[in-house]
Amino acid sequence: MFYHALQIDESRCIGCSRCMKICPTEAVRITGGKANIQEHRCIDCGKCYEECPAQAIAIKDDDFEAFKQYPHSVALLPAVFMGQFPDEVNVSQVYATLYELGFAHVMEVESAAMIYKEAKEKYAREHPDVRPLISSFCPAIVRLIQIKYPSLTENIVPIKAPLDFSAMYAIEELQRRGIPREEIGLFYVTPCAAKVAAVKAPVGEEKSIIDGVINMNELFNRVYKRMKDNGKNHQYKPLTRQRLSADAILSTLTNGERRICTAKRSYAIDGIENVMDFLDKMENDEVEGVEFLELRACDQSCAGALLSVDNRFLCGERMYARARKAAERERNGEMARDREMDKYGDYLIDNSLVDEVQPRSMLVLDSDIGKALEKMEKIEKMKIHLPQIDCGVCGAPTCEAFATDVVCGQADLHRCVFYRLHLEAQGKMTLNEGRSNMYSVWGDDRISGEIEI
Amino acid sequence: MHQEYTVVEGDFVNAGTASSSVKKTLKQLNVNPQVIKRVVVALYEAEVNAIAHAYGGKVSVDIDSDKIRMVVADKGPGIPDIALAMKEGYSTARPEVRDMGFGAGMGLPNMQKNVDKLNVTSEVGVGTTVEMEVNFV
Repeated sequence: MFYHALQIDESRCIGCSRCMKICPTEAVRITGGKANIQEHRCIDCGKCYEECPAQAIAIKDDDFEAFKQYPHSVALLPAVFMGQFPDEVNVSQVYATLYELGFAHVMEVESAAMIYKEAKEKYAREHPDVRPLISSFCPAIVRLIQIKYPSLTENIVPIKAPLDFSAMYAIEELQRRGIPREEIGLFYVTPCAAKVAAVKAPVGEEKSIIDGVINMNELFNRVYKRMKDNGKNHQYKPLTRQRLSADAILSTLTNGERRICTAKRSYAIDGIENVMDFLDKMENDEVEGVEFLELRACDQSCAGALLSVDNRFLCGERMYARARKAAERERNGEMARDREMDKYGDYLIDNSLVDEVQPRSMLVLDSDIGKALEKMEKIEKMKIHLPQIDCGVCGAPTCEAFATDVVCGQADLHRCVFYRLHLEAQGKMTLNEGRSNMYSVWGDDRISGEIEI
Repeated sequence: MHQEYTVVEGDFVNAGTASSSVKKTLKQLNVNPQVIKRVVVALYEAEVNAIAHAYGGKVSVDIDSDKIRMVVADKGPGIPDIALAMKEGYSTARPEVRDMGFGAGMGLPNMQKNVDKLNVTSEVGVGTTVEMEVNFV
């Protein structure tokens, strides 16, 4: 079964169905008054997480303290982490606080942004017939294409993400300093659910080299608390080697890859609905001559990630401010830290490939085309009798999704309230039977008595 | 399985309605993605042709377990010389149609390239019928 990082906490779920209605891949159903996620449809985009009013959706992560088992723990930070802090907090303070919290090493994963760019360009040169190339940067997008746009999987650039390059670099560099692998613990601070899934069940790879995942919200709380506890006059150890280039800082934001790519015609699209609109066109060959696509599931890319603490635009502007400073330093001839990774450049690029991304269509009704045709005809016939208002009372997001569930044996036709009323009016179903059907979807505590006005 | 769609003259905004719907159906049937792509590209071209050159028409689609058959029949000016129309780059599109990015003379050749069977019949002043078949395996 397919791993995913989003989990519904049944004890908190109030069965309000907001997640069901917002899910872009129609992955949520309601049964017994609780939401559940159909694993083969979920891409871990986290729309449900944002929408849930009861905080009943959780992102699986590892025990925060786990990094302490390793003498050489490495905190792999996404650049957006720095964008979470108020303007008066500087990057050095954040780094220093992370050391105080017990991390032996701290590294921003975008240090590998330029290596990632070079690996992509190398792949593009070696595969001139594959166009457009679609960036594999956003794992939710990779999964979206697998399940919904199977014909485009071969356009995804099958290379590792900046995170993996950074992790490989960290291992090489620490081993060069004589530290054995088993003493090195790599912990990724994740800004979203999709990246957790990408670490725990990478597409195109057997296993990730990352040892654990830390929730970015949790780390933010701990770092910020520590800074507050330390007080204003706390002296942080001066650090000089934490500097990313402007290009690297901006790479996780919308247009970050596109602005530095060499492709002649390219698009940068953020927001999953926008991406789906575009891919529909792409799949029909309606857009010609496109060489590169940067697609991100979140509005404003990683600045708008699920675990971004602050408003996406505030976070984005802080990153721009940091990039402007970095650009100024670069103009003054200072080397950015990401260029230090160049000494392992050849090794990293030679090991950049992963297996080609395989389709994993969620839409298939049956692997046997004859049986699939039969099912489809049943669905079409059933749809005529359904109300087509997508009310969701059956526990499925649309009448069509419901019909598909029924034909595939995953739902009972009597869950449709309109159909039940029809049967009741015909004397083919009792009121009590109808009510117990309602209970089976929404739980038995929703009908609570008369309302006095 | 049978599906029908209506194509309205000059309605470029809705070009691709039939091909998008057929695409979804074929995905549900687990047809090879590359085959789906060929079907969709060919049908989209035929739809655009009926919108651009004719006075609208009808798309009918029949799907079996081993192939799809698509017929796009329009009421239009007809094609006087089908062999010439099959040549890449040959076009009779009006300038305003070309301005919209259509009418490059690649329509019929592109259909030919993507389908397993193509049959074009046309009568000047009456209309054109394009029949296409794509095998699933």
